[in-house]
Parts: sequence; C-alpha cells; structure tokens
Amino acid sequence: MDDLLREFLTETNESLDVVDVELVKFEQDPNNAKILDNVFRLVHTIKGTCGFLGLPRLEALAHAGETLMGRFRDGVPVTGEAVTVILSSIDRIKAILGELDRTGEEPVGNDRDLIEVLEEMSLASGVKAAAKNIPVPSSEAEPQPAVVPETAGELTYQVLERELRPGEVSLDELERAFRETEIEPVEAAPVVEEKAPAIKVPMVRASAAEAEPKAEVAAANSTIRVSVDTLEHMMTMVSELVLTRNQLLEIVRHHEDSEFKVPLQRLSNVTAELQEGVMKTRMQPIGNAWQKLPRIVRDLSAELQKPIDLEMSGAETELDRQVLDFIKDPLTHMVRNSADHGLESPVERLAIGKPERGLIKLSAYHEGGQILIEISDDGRGLNLGKIKRKALESGVTTEAELEKLSDQQIYKFIFAPGFSTAAEVTSVSGRGVGMDVVRNNIELIGGTIDLKTASGEGTTFTIKIPLTLAIVPALIVEAAGDRYAIPQLAVVELVRVQANSEHRIELIKNTPVLRLRNKLLPLVHLSNLLGRGETSDMTAQTGFIVVTQIGGLNFGIVVDGVFHTEEIVVKPMASRLRHITMFSGTTILGDGSVILIIDPNGVASAVGSNVDLARDDSAERQAAAAVSSAMTSLLLFRAGGDAPKAVPLSLITRLEEIDVSTIERSSGRSMVQYRGRLMQLVSVSPETEERTEGMQPLLVFSEGERSIGLLVDEIVDIVEDRMDIDVAAEARGVVGSAIVKGKATEVIDVSYYLTQVFEDWLHRKELDVGAPTRKQLLFVDDSAFFRNMLTPVLKAAGFEVVSAESASNGLALVKSGHRFDIIVSDIEMPEMDGFAFAETLRQTDEARDTPIIALSSLVSPAAMERGRAAGFHDYVAKFDRPGLLAALKDKTNEMRNVA
Amino acid sequence: MSGQELEVDFVTVMIGDQLFGLPIGRVHDVFVPERLTRVPLAAPEVSGVLNLRGRIVTALDMRTVLGLPPREDGAPLMAVGIEAKGEAFGLLIDSVGEVTKLSMSEMEAAPANLDTRWARVADGVYRLDGRLLVILNVDQVLGTEQELAAA
Repeated sequence: MDDLLREFLTETNESLDVVDVELVKFEQDPNNAKILDNVFRLVHTIKGTCGFLGLPRLEALAHAGETLMGRFRDGVPVTGEAVTVILSSIDRIKAILGELDRTGEEPVGNDRDLIEVLEEMSLASGVKAAAKNIPVPSSEAEPQPAVVPETAGELTYQVLERELRPGEVSLDELERAFRETEIEPVEAAPVVEEKAPAIKVPMVRASAAEAEPKAEVAAANSTIRVSVDTLEHMMTMVSELVLTRNQLLEIVRHHEDSEFKVPLQRLSNVTAELQEGVMKTRMQPIGNAWQKLPRIVRDLSAELQKPIDLEMSGAETELDRQVLDFIKDPLTHMVRNSADHGLESPVERLAIGKPERGLIKLSAYHEGGQILIEISDDGRGLNLGKIKRKALESGVTTEAELEKLSDQQIYKFIFAPGFSTAAEVTSVSGRGVGMDVVRNNIELIGGTIDLKTASGEGTTFTIKIPLTLAIVPALIVEAAGDRYAIPQLAVVELVRVQANSEHRIELIKNTPVLRLRNKLLPLVHLSNLLGRGETSDMTAQTGFIVVTQIGGLNFGIVVDGVFHTEEIVVKPMASRLRHITMFSGTTILGDGSVILIIDPNGVASAVGSNVDLARDDSAERQAAAAVSSAMTSLLLFRAGGDAPKAVPLSLITRLEEIDVSTIERSSGRSMVQYRGRLMQLVSVSPETEERTEGMQPLLVFSEGERSIGLLVDEIVDIVEDRMDIDVAAEARGVVGSAIVKGKATEVIDVSYYLTQVFEDWLHRKELDVGAPTRKQLLFVDDSAFFRNMLTPVLKAAGFEVVSAESASNGLALVKSGHRFDIIVSDIEMPEMDGFAFAETLRQTDEARDTPIIALSSLVSPAAMERGRAAGFHDYVAKFDRPGLLAALKDKTNEMRNVA
Repeated sequence: MSGQELEVDFVTVMIGDQLFGLPIGRVHDVFVPERLTRVPLAAPEVSGVLNLRGRIVTALDMRTVLGLPPREDGAPLMAVGIEAKGEAFGLLIDSVGEVTKLSMSEMEAAPANLDTRWARVADGVYRLDGRLLVILNVDQVLGTEQELAAA
C-alpha cells in the first residue's frame, strides 16, 4: 500500500471519529449551525479525498451523505431517523475503509441500499419517508457482504469530478493531486458552489464554512506525523540515556572534587529536558480514548430503550499513549456496564422520582503525577445482597468470611474473576468481559480501581493510573539487606519508627499495627513478606514505615531503611519470575546494580488476606466504630508506686505541666493559679511525690467554671484498649482494675476526687436543678465500668439514680411500679439491646411518655435515626458528658414546662 | 568421509566434579557474574538477577539444578550467557574449559540409571579419553520445575 493511501486512511479514520461525536451532538442540538458546519465539512473533505484517490464506492456514499446534510443546512428539520441513516452510512464507510486497510483495495460491492435511503431523504421535503428502510447500524463494523459486483451508475450526478474518476491513476498524478488538496483546500469551495443549484448552499454560509479550514490547515502545517515505532525507539534510547546519566552521577558522587561535576550537571539537565520532551511526544489527550463513547452510548440508549445523557469533562487531560491503549477497552466496558446495569429503565426512574434520562459522567484530571478517571452513573447502585449471594455461589468466599467483611470489601467482589451480577446476559454487557478484566488491565499498568456506591443513588468508579509507564519515580528501600524500589505512586507518606517516638509498632494478636493520626494502620514487614524475615521481633522499634494506599486500602510496609527517590526505568520481570506477585519488574540503579520493583498491588493482596483492613471513607468509619464500641481511650499514668493507673481520656479536660514552685499552699490545700483562677490540686494517692522543684504533670478536670488538678508522677501513654473491669475496688477513689496492655491497671474514680475538693459539688448541682425532690433516673448499662463511672456524674447532676445492668432488669424495675422521670440507656447490650428496650418501654403503661436518652459509643447518623425510630428522645455519645448533662437538663426542663 | 559427518563445537564447563558440554551455538557469552541480586520467593535454582551491559540477566545455579551441594564461599564462579525467547539467562558454573569439536554420531544416550535431575537436562554422553562429558540440553535447563511437573 502506498504512503498516500495509508495517510488517507489514518486521516479519514480520525475525521470519521469526529463525525461520530459531532453527529450525536447534532442530534441533541439540531439548531446548532456550527456543529452542522463541522460535520458537513468533514464529510465533504472525505468525499473530496476519495475522489482524488479513485475510490468510487466511498465517494458515492460520502456524497449521498453530504447531500442530505446539505439539506439540513438549508433548514430541513433534523430527525433522529436521518441521523441514524447517516450514522449507518458512516459505519459502512468505516467497514470499507477497514477492508481498504487490509487489502489495499476498495472492496467490491455497492451501497445502493444506503444511498437510496439517503437520496430519498434528501429529496423528500420532510425527512420521515424512508425510516422503514433504514439499514441496521452494524457497530461491529463487519465487512459488508460482497454484493453483486456491478459498478452501478449511481454516481452519475457527480459530473463535475469526472476527470478524476477511477481507472488507473499513476502515483505521480496522485501525489500531485494530493499536494494540491493539501495546500489549497480553498479549491474545494468551487466544487460546492458549482453543485449549488442542487443543494442551494447560501453563499455566506459556504464561505464561512470554508474560511475555517484555512486556519486549520495552517495549524496542520506546523505538525508532522511520526510513526509510533519511531517514538517508541526514541523513548527506549532516552531511557538508556537516563540510566547512563544516573550511573555517571553515582560515580561522580564518590569523587568529591571531580572536574566532571559541572559538565555532568549540564548533561543531567539536558537529559531531564530531553526525557520530558520525548515524553510529551507520547502524550495524547484522554479524549482520544473516549471519542467513540458518545456514539456507543447513543446506540445503547436506543437498544436498551433508556434515554441516557453522557457528560464528559477533562477530555484534554493528557497521558502516555501506551497507557491510553490500555484503558481504552476498560473504559468502554465500564460505560456499557453503567448504561446496561447501572441505570434503571425510564419507568423505574420515574417511579422513584428520578429524572427520566439517566446520566453517565466521565471525568479525567491530573492529581499528583497520576491521572484520575471517574465513571459515575446516577442509577440504582450496586446490590449488596446480590453480590453476597453471587460471591457465595461462585465460591469466592465463605459465609464466615463474609461476616467479617465491610460492605466496601464486599462490593469489591465484582472485580473477582467470572463475577457478574447481571441476572440475564444482554447483548450489551455480559460478553464474557467482566470487571476482573477491567481491573487486570488497569493493574497491569500500575493503576488501581476503586468504587463507591449508594443504593438508589448510583455508582462511581475511580481509576488511578500513572501518567507514563516507562520511567517512574520510585522510593529505594532496604529490607533484610537487599534494596527494593517501591513506585512512589502508591506511597502516601513515610513514618519513622523509634523506640521513644510517638510512632510505635504495636501488636494485636501477633498482627503489627501502627497508630497513625487516630487510625490503626495494618503493617506488614517487607522482609517477612519476601520470606526473608528471620522471624525477627515484630515490634522492633527501628526502621521506617512506607504508608501505602491501594484502592482505598491503607497499609504500612515496614522496611529497614529508606535511601532516596530515583527515576527508574522499568524493565519487565523475567518470564521465569513473573509468577511472583510481589514484584512488578526490575530496574538498574545508578550504581549498575539490579533491584526488584515491589508491586504494591501484590503487597496489598497479601495484606488483605493477613490483616484486618483499614479502609477509607465509609468502610473505615464503620471499622472505627466497630473498634470504638469495644475500645476505650485511656490515659495511663503513674502516681504513687510503679503500677500504672488509668482514667478514661474523655473525662479529662486538659493535660498540663506546672512548675511546682508556683504551687501555693494554704490551710493544707494546694492551689495553683490556673487561667486566672485558683485551682485546687489533689494528689491521686498519698504516695505521689510532691516535687519541690521542676515540673509536675497534672490532669485537669473541669465542670462549669470549676476545675481541679490531679497531680500525678508521670503521664505514661494514651492507649485504646478493651476495658474489662473487675469492679471489686478495695481502695477509695478507684473504680476497679483492668488489664491494660498486659498490665494490671487501676482505673481511678474521678468523681471521688471531685467531691473531695468540692464538698458541695453534688449539693450545688442539686440547687441548680432547683427541684425540691430529686428526679428519679433509671440508668441501664451492661458495663459495670460505666455504671460506676456515670452514676456519680448523674447524681452530681441532681438525680436519684437507680442503675440496672441489663435491659430486662430495667424493664422489671419499670414494671414493678418504680416511677422514673427519665431513663438513660446504653445501646449495645447483650440479649435485649437499647433499641429493643426503648420499643418495649413505649408499649408499657408505666413509661410510655418517659423521656429516654440513648447513650452509645456508636454514634452515626444512621444509628441516631434508628434510635429516634425506636423511641429515644435524644442520642448522646458515651463519653460526651457535657452532652449528656445538657440532654438531661433539656428533658427535665421540658418536663417542668409540661407540668 | 562417508556422508555428512555432523560435528558440533561444545563449550566445556565444570560443575562440581563433572565435565559438561554446551553446544556453542547456544552460548551467547561467558562472563564473571557480579552483583547478583537475590530474588525472594523465586524457585531455588534462581540465584538472582544481574545487570550485564544494560540487560537484565536471570541467573540459574547449575549446582542446584543438578542437585549438587552448594559452592563454598569464595569458590570460583563463572556464568554462561544464554539467549532464549528474547530473554537473557546466565547459567552459573564453576569454571569454563576449552571448546571441543565432537561428532554427533559418537554421542551416546545417557545411561538409564542416571539421577532423574541429570537425566532431564542431559542430551547424551561422550566418552573422552579418561573422562565423560555430559551434553546439556539448554532448553531443558531453562524449563521450569512446574513445566516438568506438568509434563
């Protein structure tokens, strides 16, 4: 095939893709003359070029299409049918072009069928006539069956271009002809005008249409076509250059005062610029990958009988063409999925109050050296139940495992191989290409895919991919004496572990975790993962943690050392080693040594199967809630003796350190000026050393305007731990003892100290409430700790408190005729939980109208809503003491007002 | 000479106490392996990967392939570079000897009672004066254990 033809094919294919998009736009906005002009011009150019190259079949078809579009320009109303016919013509043109590409010749056959419809439409003043004859658009672009090989005389109206008609055209002539078209596209204008009698193109419009191409040609002349192979080769060479530069830099690094230093610096800069330049040549707007989508969505919309809008933004976002190739198919597949499974039928949509037209949004943007692509629909969202069922059926998981998984993790099963929740296989999706293929393609290029879904609101897929594959920045780390590269794309931050720093590795049932900004981060030791761990101490407090994020999964990779970051040239893993999922490739470092590139995806799956997951967003919140329902934040301190003491962190107002010389003593009491007031100090135990100089730590408790300071020897730590309290407290001021971090720890009773200082602490409150008789309060909580902790608080607030350790006991008390003014109940309790308790209370005669306040460590909008539904009047977080008091005050005031 | 007496040049190498031969056509180069990077989780015979003039070479230890005891520390080490399916491999051996031209017709089948690990990679045996030369089948050597198990 000669170069001219090849170039024609490339250009025409591009033009046709544009026509596809423009036509779909045009159909939605038929009055937009600009779009019509664009389409018209493109088809016209195709027709013209076909004429020059001697491709009669194509030319005839393009001509018929152009004629019909000419009618539109004259003001004939545009119908969906007409657009469908034109789209089918374009499909046919594509099919012919495909054949032309394969064989170098126009396939034998004719397009009478289409041309007739097109002509009929252009002739009929109304365009409705030919609808029934519309050939079905073949999106597969199958080659048209070679019909009777008659070169029918359907081209007779093209009298004007006769001299360029088929037959044998020499290459010279072709080239000359082509040059003319290229440099002087204006020449095309007369052709239109000469045809004007038939088409009646108003002069003004024609000239407007022709003026634009001139500008475009000028732009076209400043660009050239370069074959992809050439670019690939350049890229490889630049990669090698980068490597060599790195090697030189490494050598010079060892020679302090080398004369090479300056020229090398220059070389380094030039290399960097060259690398950037070559990268740029490979960049293409992502719009190229989704150019076909409007057409696909239009066809789907017709096929599925669902009106669908496609919104695209960020089409100009550029990325490496190699990456582009990889994501083209996944994107198309996902849009199909959204249209087919995601969006409801118009009837369903209207029934649930959604707009009839479904919406699919596609957006792309740069973020931190990577590209984020989002595909979202406003459809029904993923069906959790279906996914669970399917996951069990297909044996991907077991019932027991499923129990432990968060919803977010369950949704992810749709990425498992052979997984499709579509009940029936439609012609649109369910073609055997599942989301697993999508995920594989994306992971292949070092990307990740994540999803968010809300029932009835739609689904959003987020794809993160690197800008380029060839050269990636990586973090060079060391584990068990070997160096490895971790692509920086996945790295969120680095945390240094030290024995005395705030970041320490802790163990939960042999699983190492790191507390990082109030989140538990699962950790994995790289050396263990790679089978190189000498069963080393899992909590060894040295090294670094590479905090990594893969598809919403956060985890830390523990390494022994971190060196530096380096632009590495990725070389594929040897086939022999490709089965090792922990590595994605190899690279040669500046010093010439080979190191392995860690595949964060491989590590993530290893982490996922070993450790509890800490996930972002909803899943993470759920996990955190689940933890906090069992965990309590405790402040550990020492005061008198070595045994640690603890107090719930939430009860403490502030932690302070005071200079002991500022402590004033009067009549046996220690006071200190604190925030403009005198604050009384109490020692936790008589053995607490009262220092004579230096600083002493202090726990400050406040209530209203009054504060007391609790002197301690040392603040040890803040831990989150399960509180199993043995309440048998022998000593005063102690609630009980608990095992915290493996040590017996006394949990102190704050209220004891409060009343010690302010003897009127309780008394005064009573006055505040101002009721002659104390209100009766029922406090239900299964935790002895909370009963002991809160009872004094509630008493202090002026209530007569009766506590019950279970809902059934509480209920028995109510039924026994004990009249309560207000009830405070825990939510999470064995047997009967708080919700059931409240519902039951609502049905008793005794407590139908008694206000109930829920007290729970599980505070979420959903839980609060549920609480309200069950009959709670208020919902307070377990450690929110001021909140609880405020709620109590509120309710009692209401009662007074009612009374 | 009667007919085409097919002669092949073999590169001879020592692995343990045994002399082996590799058809010279398959030998890309001979080099001293340096800065071998271990590959965790890889098959035992993969001693690592290394950089040979900008290419990544996968090194296979022939001693492991043949079930011989590991080399002592500091013992001499050489590698024979092999190209297969566009990838570079290095077979780690103890030392390289001369190139010997031998007639194909004189090659004898490996004895039936040969250790299976050897039998898998041996094409045949030559009786040289005083010692035996085992001819290695390069493709068999590069074949993975999994492939072997599957066969």
